[in-house]
Amino acid sequence: MSFEYERQTPSRDLAFLAKSQLLSADDVERALKRMAHEIVERNHAPEELTVIGMQTGGVGFATRMHELLCDITSTRPSLGLLDVSFYRDDLNVNPAPRSSTTSIDEDLTNRTVILVDDVLFTGRTIRAALNALSDWGRPRSVQLAVMVDRGHRELPIRPDFVGKNLPSALDESILATLDGVWIGTKGAM
Amino acid sequence: MITSIRGQNLLTLEGMSEGALLEVLDTAESFVEVNRRTIKKVPALKGRVVASIFFEESTRTRLSFETAAKRLSADVLSLAVASSSVKKGESLRDTTATIDALGIDAVVMRHQSSGAALQVSRYVPHVRVINAGDGLHQHPTQGLLDAFTIRQVLSERKGSSGVESGLEMFKGLRVLIVGDIRHSRVARSDIWAYATLGCDVRVAAPGTLLPANIETWPVTVVSNFDEALEWADVVGLLRLQRERGSGSFVPSLEEFTQTFGLTLARAKRLGPSTIIMHPGPMNRGVEIDSKVADQVNAVITRQVANGVPVRMAVLYLALAGVREGGAS
Repeated sequence: MSFEYERQTPSRDLAFLAKSQLLSADDVERALKRMAHEIVERNHAPEELTVIGMQTGGVGFATRMHELLCDITSTRPSLGLLDVSFYRDDLNVNPAPRSSTTSIDEDLTNRTVILVDDVLFTGRTIRAALNALSDWGRPRSVQLAVMVDRGHRELPIRPDFVGKNLPSALDESILATLDGVWIGTKGAM
Repeated sequence: MITSIRGQNLLTLEGMSEGALLEVLDTAESFVEVNRRTIKKVPALKGRVVASIFFEESTRTRLSFETAAKRLSADVLSLAVASSSVKKGESLRDTTATIDALGIDAVVMRHQSSGAALQVSRYVPHVRVINAGDGLHQHPTQGLLDAFTIRQVLSERKGSSGVESGLEMFKGLRVLIVGDIRHSRVARSDIWAYATLGCDVRVAAPGTLLPANIETWPVTVVSNFDEALEWADVVGLLRLQRERGSGSFVPSLEEFTQTFGLTLARAKRLGPSTIIMHPGPMNRGVEIDSKVADQVNAVITRQVANGVPVRMAVLYLALAGVREGGAS
């Protein structure tokens, strides 16, 4: 199966060429529901939750996760978006990444932040996110939910909630959206 | 054609592509959000050194650039020319070499001579040069923040964000630039930005305040100022630059005001939604009536406010990805 999808990561624009589909849209939805229940199980005060989607890949998952949490808990946790371009650790090396919207409208002090991203890889984006979040106060805790953990961490960071563990080769690329998860290769556009 | 200012100098808006302008406007939108936070600072340029050298006096541009650099976590060296060795006769080249020896990544420069920024960029090719105004030539960040302000105002009226609306509102937008075009680097930057973005740009000025080569510019000179006011979606006023001798190009300030000033009577010709702009500092009562300057459609203080996010975008794009100490 061949499938082309234009993807914008915080670092650069990539074209993705899929080799095979690993999860269907139904699989993704099931995983999100399970993770939502795990989040509620772990956190006894759902009204203190703030779901934050990582630009750009985590936004769809965060939005859906937020809906699920609203349904399950009958409260309305808050929802935000975070772009970490200005916090990256490679700004001295790589060209300025294209930035997208950040929208966090509350003081995060004493909130329980659920960071949501599509794929956890080196951990550098999450490092940048933790750095950024501290500018909005001091959360009670920050927990990480990712649809795919593909390994190859370069920093001591681990996810709290995982949709699917997918050990991958370094030259492979993973595309995770609400429509499914694919493994393939990336090419510069 | 400059297709992106990433890792580049910013010397002029002439010859900058639509895509390069859009990149700055969209990046500035992200920095508007940063400027709304409680902690208005991001670590993007941590460890970088930005020198600001103003050979000409300035309030808003200098403060705005230095605020922008600090909010990006850069260190700022500020050279006050009045108290520097320039007064002892040091040449531009030697001043540049001295500053370069301190190890800087970027220089924000204003100079009374056209082309000074380009000249400095040749002396120090490994340092990014941001032109903050050179003589009668260009003031690129002013052009960028004026375009940004127009997009912001028109997007708000439509209830959408600037990034969502892209460049669509610029297509065919009727912009009238009035006043001392001849001595204005702001006009030169504004006109190239607006024209590249697809606006219909016209200018109105006494013949003496039009540059000799106006026919090579992407503008139409209007013959009837009053009719052009009714036509315009945006009116951009310019300061009459008395320090550059503009006073001797018009019979008297009063006559200039009567013929080309935006007086209260003349402002009544403007459409209800026409945007009034002025790069500041204003000569209230000369090119613009004081009451007109304070009307709701006058976005003059908003232009100043947008200076910080737009200059953050310029410094960020020009410096990120360039290795410390030079070669990219």
